Amino acid sequence: MLAIFIKRILLVIPVLFAVASITFFLIKLAPGGPFDADKAVSPQVLKNLNEAYNLDASNWEQYVDYMSNLAQGDLGPSFRFPGRSVTEMITTGLPVTFELAFYAILIALVMGVFSGVLAALKRNTFLDFIPMAIAMIGICVPTFLMGPLLVLIFGINLEILPVSGWGQLPGDKILPSLTLGFAYAAYIARLSRGGMLEVLNQDFIRTARAKGLTEKMVVIKHAMQGGLIPVVSFLGPAIAGLLAGSFVVETIFQIPGLGRFYVEAAFNRDYTMILGTTIFFSAMIVFFNLLSDLAALWLNPRSRDAS
Amino acid sequence: MYKKIFLIPLTLIFFYGCSENVSPVDSAIESGIFHFGNGSEPQGIDPHIVTGVPEHHILISLCEGLTIANPNGGANLPGVAESWTISEDGKEYIFYLNKNAKWSNGEVMTADDFVWSWMRILTASLASQYPDMLYYLEGAEEYHRWLSIEDIKSMLAKEEDPKVRVNLEEALLNHKPKPSFDTVGVKAIDEHTLKVNLKSPTPFFLGLLSHYSTWPVHKETVLKYGKIDDRDGKWTRPGNFVCNGPFKLKNWELNSKIVVEKNPHYWDASKVKLNEMHFYPVSNVMTEDRMFRAGQLHLTSTLPSQKCPIYIEENNPDLRIDPYMGQYFYRLNINNPALQDVRVRKALAYTINRKLLVEKVTKCGQIPAYSFTPPGSNGYYPDTEIPFDPQLAKQLMTEAGYSDSNPFPKLEILFNTSEDHRKIALAIQQMWQESLGIEVELVNQDWKVYLGREMVGDFQVSRAGWIGDYEDPNTFLDLMRPNRGNNKTGWEDAAYDEIMQKANSTNNQEERYKLLNQAEKILIDNMPIIPLYTYVRAYQLSSDVKGYNPHILDHHHPKFIYLERD
Repeated sequence: MLAIFIKRILLVIPVLFAVASITFFLIKLAPGGPFDADKAVSPQVLKNLNEAYNLDASNWEQYVDYMSNLAQGDLGPSFRFPGRSVTEMITTGLPVTFELAFYAILIALVMGVFSGVLAALKRNTFLDFIPMAIAMIGICVPTFLMGPLLVLIFGINLEILPVSGWGQLPGDKILPSLTLGFAYAAYIARLSRGGMLEVLNQDFIRTARAKGLTEKMVVIKHAMQGGLIPVVSFLGPAIAGLLAGSFVVETIFQIPGLGRFYVEAAFNRDYTMILGTTIFFSAMIVFFNLLSDLAALWLNPRSRDAS
Repeated sequence: MYKKIFLIPLTLIFFYGCSENVSPVDSAIESGIFHFGNGSEPQGIDPHIVTGVPEHHILISLCEGLTIANPNGGANLPGVAESWTISEDGKEYIFYLNKNAKWSNGEVMTADDFVWSWMRILTASLASQYPDMLYYLEGAEEYHRWLSIEDIKSMLAKEEDPKVRVNLEEALLNHKPKPSFDTVGVKAIDEHTLKVNLKSPTPFFLGLLSHYSTWPVHKETVLKYGKIDDRDGKWTRPGNFVCNGPFKLKNWELNSKIVVEKNPHYWDASKVKLNEMHFYPVSNVMTEDRMFRAGQLHLTSTLPSQKCPIYIEENNPDLRIDPYMGQYFYRLNINNPALQDVRVRKALAYTINRKLLVEKVTKCGQIPAYSFTPPGSNGYYPDTEIPFDPQLAKQLMTEAGYSDSNPFPKLEILFNTSEDHRKIALAIQQMWQESLGIEVELVNQDWKVYLGREMVGDFQVSRAGWIGDYEDPNTFLDLMRPNRGNNKTGWEDAAYDEIMQKANSTNNQEERYKLLNQAEKILIDNMPIIPLYTYVRAYQLSSDVKGYNPHILDHHHPKFIYLERD
């Protein structure tokens, strides 16, 4: 397993290099520039702005300059927010996005695994149909509908939870975490049901039951270990997706996370910010995929024994 | 165990539900905190660098210029300058600074602070986007636009346009050394007296001074964290920031909120009733609307457009629709062969039913526009007319040589992504198709793509909006003069330019408005732009907020705002 780990880590470097290079030239191809504004500035001012941010150099010179700074860990200044560096903005938004993703994945796991396992155990009963129907709704209803719906019920009609913010008012983290968590809970529920159903029919479960183990022990100790492998494999991309894709929930609930910076940077043609966040999110995706692959390997007794 | 897990979220919600829920707006009467929905995250708070409305809202609480906007409309009120005199020819202003005016660190403000600050914004390498606000000063434009021989040579090497090349070559031949800042018309006569010399009488000059680009910055603080032309200096961070407004910067959580607290050193601190202002950068209008309804905001920056007619019908007591000095119009690219004939441009303008547009499409109190300058801008009422007359329009098209056998070519309307722009474009598409039989295609582009296409003239008709920077028709009409970057239509008219020049060199306001009206008529007669409607400021305001009076430029000095429950 160590060899796999080292090999995969080494692969990260060329992947990130390719991501940075492709993104660099792609954003230069996008029409419009960071200083285009409704009230156009004079050519003189534009020239001064381009000089201030080294945009008057050729694309190739800018690329070499950017990559050498990147190698030293410098992601450059934001064009949109003078006086702020990209690194500073990432480190400001990241803890919030991480926290939101953590609560969401926790909710998703608790709700998803519980209802998925229950549905598998009580197959073809109401305890199967109802959670799976809810899961189907969870998959189908997008977060931009779920969020405002929850806000309308709990924030505006019942007036028991704040409608926006993060850590400013008591309870303001509940609705965004639920909104984001619910979408993933639905996927996890379906995956755990499928995984569990497959495992529950296998011989070693029958053997465990024949040996006289309680149903609780059979499910928790034997069936769940194998039945949840699909869930674990899903978790890596899911966490990466939660980090990079929390933009909608962050916007609905006015959360100062990284997702908003990422999308707004693209609209603003904030070149360094687009590059910085893209490289960062790519690193996150690679890292979490690696973690989930390793966890899946470890959960599978055959591959664990082989390593 | 399963049941227990299931109960966790319910228990949490129940717990918060049972706790006493006092919304921020409810508790604000006691705490004196004004919760302000501010649109988007501000670029920064350096008054010489930033551009934009959210930035203005924050800066007006943190810094103050020589004059401030009058909350009841009309002439500006004293700010740092307690009084001023204007010479008879209208070209020399003497400002007497308030001796109690201090920076937020307690230091006394001096006339030199303004001289240095204006030198900073006119420093080319700072790359400020608003230096032209001070171009009315003697020598300011020359100081800011000066180029070195190397600069001109490098520009010449890249330039292909023969017209621009001739200008650059001339500039190279007549090159002069960089002028000293002493040549710019701003001097400190003594510690508290500032003299300003203008190129020509500029009746709206006092109004310009309430624009943040003319506001002072604290020299020592700026230089402590960078050079005079440093765009990335850390002087604007909480703990470092020093300015002279009624509030001072307390806290800045990126993309979350900016908190400002009362500045005890402000010269008029006794008038400031609020203790703090919290600015929330809520870019999503629906979220902002929900925050207002849940009592988390006193004020929203705007209103979801689809909700405006509903709130009007419901007689929502929190809805405010204020006059606003902005115009929504269509630009016509007159370099496009199809639009070179003025009869075609007029025909397009005459087939738009503006009344129908504001009543059935925008539906939020907008006013049909028949001039480029919104009527009533500082007492200026243009008497131009744009009839809604499809018959006349058809006749004009026939005169221009278009008929069933020679139909008008397909026309494109360019607009940036927005449901509101799309609806308006759809209505106009319908009007042009029905009345003139023109095939119209709608081209929806991302904001930056749209700006880029407008800038290089890659459009036929494009939607546009313009908001006045100061309360004078010049802020609109100046736009259409030759060589103005925001003209974008390709239209130039020597007579128009001459009248504008004449208007801005007279000191008699009545005569000036007459001349501006003449210019406006030339513009409407040539129709390089089609005015559609005058904007309004539609937003929600809690009834607890007092002193937030309608203002045509949306300037609201926070010292006049207070919270009180009826």
